[in-house]
Amino acid sequence: MSNAADMPVLRARGLRKEYGKGEGLVRAVDGVDLDIGAGETVAVMGPSGCGKSTLLHLLGGLDRPSGGEVSLNGHRIDDIGEKALARLRRTAVGFVFQSFHLMEELTAVENVELSALLAGRSPRAARRRAEDLLEQVGLADRARFLPSALSGGQRQRVAVARALSNEPLVVFADEPTGNLDSAATMDVLQLFEGLHESGQTLVVVTHDARIAATADRMISMRDGALIDETRLTGGTTGQLGALIGLED
Amino acid sequence: MQQEVVLAMLAKEPSHGYQLRARLRDALGPLGDAMNAGQVYVTLARLEKAGLLAVEKSADDADRSDRKVYALTPDGQQRVAEWIAEVGWPRPDLAEFHLKLIAAAWAGLADPLTIVDTQRRELLRRLRDAQRAAMAEPKRSDAALLLEGIVLRLQADLRWLEACEKNWTHRRSGS
Repeated sequence: MSNAADMPVLRARGLRKEYGKGEGLVRAVDGVDLDIGAGETVAVMGPSGCGKSTLLHLLGGLDRPSGGEVSLNGHRIDDIGEKALARLRRTAVGFVFQSFHLMEELTAVENVELSALLAGRSPRAARRRAEDLLEQVGLADRARFLPSALSGGQRQRVAVARALSNEPLVVFADEPTGNLDSAATMDVLQLFEGLHESGQTLVVVTHDARIAATADRMISMRDGALIDETRLTGGTTGQLGALIGLED
Repeated sequence: MQQEVVLAMLAKEPSHGYQLRARLRDALGPLGDAMNAGQVYVTLARLEKAGLLAVEKSADDADRSDRKVYALTPDGQQRVAEWIAEVGWPRPDLAEFHLKLIAAAWAGLADPLTIVDTQRRELLRRLRDAQRAAMAEPKRSDAALLLEGIVLRLQADLRWLEACEKNWTHRRSGS
């Protein structure tokens, strides 16, 4: 990679994660090479237990690999110290989880501003940013609500706003629609679509084909390894009519 | 365009062809793009010939098809009533794909998993199209509901592909 524009935001080489020893050795992630470009939406799909969540944790610095390298914006993150890694988690990446992981005793806006405060922003700047983000996810009127007063879809949108709080290089999402019904899933998909348009890099691990279908690239994972890659952008099939028997 | 659909869309009141087309467009949204005016008029002509529709011509320009007003005949009304009461559901052709995998593996024509991957790619593209179209429709519109049906069916197809993938992976590693 010769210039910055070509450099992937996220790059993994020979990435491995093993648990256990001897007979009980599990290769959760088994030699993954991956480049993710700025502004790309990438979906990683695969059966449960294929290692996709572990891969996401390694890429986002939530967990350390047993071997191989991970670079974020050209800087290795697999071998940096605990302090540097913690700072990176607070400032350079954002996470969205299946079960939302919101603080139940904090309001929506407090949940969103918390990560900005932890990253060292002034309370005023953090609040302003949090309010802007809630507006962006369509929840300006729910800012003072506790998570318990929000629907699942609304909680997930708060979680997405929180993930965006520090303008992360990459947003990682682990089964973000796993607990949502069809309509709420559509809201999250629409939100991701908006993020994609604004140039946000997004890595989503999912069972949900609907999410995978909105990605630029879909990667299939099996037994800890990437086995297939599909580029979904460009050229629509233009055959929707055929799907409902309108064309004869 | 299925004849009964056209008949049923005229059941409420006699209409011009363009009114019928507008009704279909509203109900189908972007999917209605697959339907062209010609198809509708061909169907109308067939229905007229079959005695299920009667044509009331306007006084002026009586030859122009868009001036005609179409109304159901008693036979047409009966056909609509029967159609509404019928139980029918489009059948996806799963057997063809299933047999393709089996034949490919048996005769060594291709790797079944490659076929599954190719099929999945195509279905994901369609899912992407359907989803995009659904997102562009106002919530709770007729067209959005139809598109949701397509999205759900494609999801079901993709789940079956997952099962195919698992099964054929297992067979391959077992043999």
